[in-house]
Amino acid sequence: MLQPYASPLERAWHYGLRGLVGIVLVFLILPILVIVPLSFNADTFLMYPMAGFSMRWYEEIFTSGQWQLAMMNSLIVSPLSTLLAMVLGTLAAIGLVRTDFPGKALLTAVLISPMVVPVVIVGVAVYIFFAPLGLTGSYTGLVIAHAVLGVPFVVTTVTATLQGFDFNLVRAASSLGANPVVAFFKVTLPLVAPGIISGGLFAFATSFDEVVVTLFLASPEQTTLPRQMFSGIRENISPAIAAVATILILLSTLMLVTLEGLRRRNERIRGKRA
Amino acid sequence: MTAASNTADALAPPAASVPSLKKRLRRAEMRKKLLYGALILPLAVFLLVAFVWPIASLLTRSIDNPEVHDNLPHTLRELKAWDGEGMPPAAVFTAFAAELESAKGSPAIAEIAKRLNREETGYRSLIMKTARKLPLPADTDVPSALTEIDARWGEAETWRAIRRSGGATTPFYLLAAIDRSIDTHGNIVTAPPEEAVYVNVLMRTFWMSLIVTGLCLVLGFPVAYLMAKLATKQSNMLMFFVLLPFWTSVLVRVAAWIILLQNEGLINKVLMAIGLTDGPLQLLFNRVGVYVAMVHILLPFMVLPLYSVMKGISPVYVRAAVSLGCPPFKSFWKVYFPQTLPGIGAGALLVFIMCMGYYITPALLGSPQEQMVSYFIAFYTNQTINWGMAAALSAVLLGATLVLYMVYARYLGPTRVKLVKPR
Amino acid sequence: MKMKLSRTLIQSAVAAAALTLAGTALADVTVISFGGANQKAQDKAFYGPFAASKGGSVTPGEYNGEQAKIKAMVEAGNVTWDVVEVESPELLRGCEEGLYEKLDYSKIGAKSEFLPKTVSDCGVGIFVWSTALAYNADKLKTAPTSWADFWDVKKFPGKRGLRKGAKYTLEFALLADGVKPADVYKVLGTKEGVERAFKKLDQIKGDIQWWEAGAQPPQLLASGDVVMSSVYNGRIAAAQKEGKNLKIVWNGSIYDVDSWAIPKGSPKRDEAYRFIKFASQPENQRVFSAEIPYGPTNAKAVSGMDPKIAAELPTAPENLKGAFATDTEFWVEHGEDLEQRFNAWAAR
Repeated sequence: MLQPYASPLERAWHYGLRGLVGIVLVFLILPILVIVPLSFNADTFLMYPMAGFSMRWYEEIFTSGQWQLAMMNSLIVSPLSTLLAMVLGTLAAIGLVRTDFPGKALLTAVLISPMVVPVVIVGVAVYIFFAPLGLTGSYTGLVIAHAVLGVPFVVTTVTATLQGFDFNLVRAASSLGANPVVAFFKVTLPLVAPGIISGGLFAFATSFDEVVVTLFLASPEQTTLPRQMFSGIRENISPAIAAVATILILLSTLMLVTLEGLRRRNERIRGKRA
Repeated sequence: MTAASNTADALAPPAASVPSLKKRLRRAEMRKKLLYGALILPLAVFLLVAFVWPIASLLTRSIDNPEVHDNLPHTLRELKAWDGEGMPPAAVFTAFAAELESAKGSPAIAEIAKRLNREETGYRSLIMKTARKLPLPADTDVPSALTEIDARWGEAETWRAIRRSGGATTPFYLLAAIDRSIDTHGNIVTAPPEEAVYVNVLMRTFWMSLIVTGLCLVLGFPVAYLMAKLATKQSNMLMFFVLLPFWTSVLVRVAAWIILLQNEGLINKVLMAIGLTDGPLQLLFNRVGVYVAMVHILLPFMVLPLYSVMKGISPVYVRAAVSLGCPPFKSFWKVYFPQTLPGIGAGALLVFIMCMGYYITPALLGSPQEQMVSYFIAFYTNQTINWGMAAALSAVLLGATLVLYMVYARYLGPTRVKLVKPR
Repeated sequence: MKMKLSRTLIQSAVAAAALTLAGTALADVTVISFGGANQKAQDKAFYGPFAASKGGSVTPGEYNGEQAKIKAMVEAGNVTWDVVEVESPELLRGCEEGLYEKLDYSKIGAKSEFLPKTVSDCGVGIFVWSTALAYNADKLKTAPTSWADFWDVKKFPGKRGLRKGAKYTLEFALLADGVKPADVYKVLGTKEGVERAFKKLDQIKGDIQWWEAGAQPPQLLASGDVVMSSVYNGRIAAAQKEGKNLKIVWNGSIYDVDSWAIPKGSPKRDEAYRFIKFASQPENQRVFSAEIPYGPTNAKAVSGMDPKIAAELPTAPENLKGAFATDTEFWVEHGEDLEQRFNAWAAR
């Protein structure tokens, strides 16, 4: 990249920029790498140097009732809330793209606002509102609240995908005799699927990492993984936390790779992105 | 304009030849629009019930004042006739004793006591103690009997406090949220310095958000710039470094920073090993720790919108400027940088908005001096069960957030939130 | 009222249906306690044996004493916590406000079986615990002996830990300022007294590391982040077992009783009673005290105690010198006011 005839100043700029970016990237990635080895610490401290290699903390989290319960709860709540967010969000996104009416911008802003309203406010509001309805300390309440937080991601990604979608394809399907439902499932859905899935992934990640609303809404029976980590960090920070963290890092890497694959597929289908 | 209506116009035959067909087409188009509009309905209803309504009802609690108003209606009615000086008429005492007796043993009594205790510490036990002595024997002189239970029933101030707290709504909480209160004469006054804290906390919330936003911009700009300049393969590599933390749980990252920053943590050990410090530096449970972790969490939210804007900037302009004799740095500053402003605006607003609502990071990594508005909302909700205060602070925080969000939505478009797209 | 009634009806119908479905299986009791070492000890002494005795299984949960969730649950008539460990001011307040069931002692055992003042209308004492001064003997050459030493930053340089809250912080400030234990609550009841306590706290504000959960101070002491801290005495013993050289100063400690209470309207009241009865048995309380040195409330448990363990309890005569009890009434009255004031002070 650097031309051989670059002036010293340009050289300094070139290497300076790369050096600075390098430092920032180390800052971004180092904390995540640091925690992984500690999960194999033989000692009870979350500190370097490590005492030795051991799998005891993985054993602990996979045998302790509380961590198991937390994992199970997360695996119940997150997929359900994601599903709810995906269905509602996708339908709304299609509606938003295909219609125009006064106040549409405002409505869109409202539909996306759960993303910006401070989550403590959502937590307190939903908690006080749900309590008389018997929805606190229940899976239903938690799933609903998590879906609220996840919906904006689905709406925005699907809207973005649909903006490049050629609705003439749906027309063509209709003209060939497909009813709207068939046309949706056979034509629209496969083409916007990457958008829905990546929106869903964001919704999943939101729910899977959600702790504030859960703090307010969940009873011990609904304790989720992040909720359990929260009390772990606050009360007794042990390598078990690092073990859970390592698993979560693996999971996020997996989601990232999936998303990257989806993006590539999307680009391939569309040819070149607008 | 949607693509559909454009095509509809294009497909429609010349208007003069078959007007009825055009009409029919329009009607069909209209029906389709309604149908599509109906698709928004489920989500709109869902959010209305599970999000908008709860928040609206939370906000009404900031002026709600039901405790005395709902539980002592007769007493309040009788008190209306009283001029506020000297002793209230005997009817007030009788009504009060009767209502207190019926509230006894139910949550209502606790509500009254708690509310009055906010007017003056000590009224809680006064109510509880009085209620315990009720009912009074028949044919007693109620005013003197109550005064005998506690001398405070013989003071006008006690009854004024009941009257003061008896309105259906109160500005008390909202005023308290900006360190103001109403004195006994009904004037708005500044809260005493030992209680005034929220204006300070609000300023702190703004200030900390501003610092974090600034740091994110300074660190994020070069990363986004380099990514936009590099070839796809290399920039993908960089993107991975930005996105991995973005996808990693916030709690994982908080835990990681505790490991790095604690007194016997890696950073202190390195600093001591290379002889920069003798003893461990305090990096945790103060502002340093909170800033570091918050910047770490929010940096991707700055890099992504910046990158997507920079990617769209054609290198031609800078090249033209340079070829016309403008020095490289000047052309960067005068030609390239202004084009990145939309990205800076989007990223900075987004980071700032998210910062303002932060709770987890300061709660786990900060001391009380680092807590922002969110902490106090949670404190009043959980610790002292003062939901009026929690609601008032929510109103202030929500107001500030929504103003910024409106700016964001107006100028940058709500659906153009670039962070939600991996690129 | 009508709505509540119908809701109760529906709930009991649902509960009945659930019971029939579950057949003979015993329901889960959700027991909420202060977490950490305390919860671990409860698990060993109460939850595990309770399940083993076929009494029913326990879903443990933890909290830090905040009453908001209980209030919300009770008001909504949707109670999911069946047994809660409560500190005494919260118990008294909750009892008056109708948050807790008035207990039927025929289902638990005679009140006379318990130490005086450990049983009340809504709560059965679990244990007597104490908030005391503790220090890391490896880091401090001379041992502190009082709260005045805690405030002496020159003689004992370094950070100190205190519980983030008015309770058990303001008292210590007054003790450090020379107030006699017997007068602490009298002084704190006056405006000048409160002023005095906060002034005293101002002196070391920059040196304080606040903690919220009982498990934190032993870790802070062990890692050297603080040189001394206020602690729940039982947590120190747990750390000592792990080989940490932490010591307790009993002088100026404040003791209190934690109690079992049943949130009003718990659908599993019978199981809750069975659990409380089980946990109140002398042999189980003895196991608990051996796990974590909190004093038992069952008189029989006290008498059959291993003297070595008994010497470490807050209730041991040696440890009671210079100690005093929490003034429950005081905190019920002034709690909200002082906690808000404290919070404003700490955030400044």
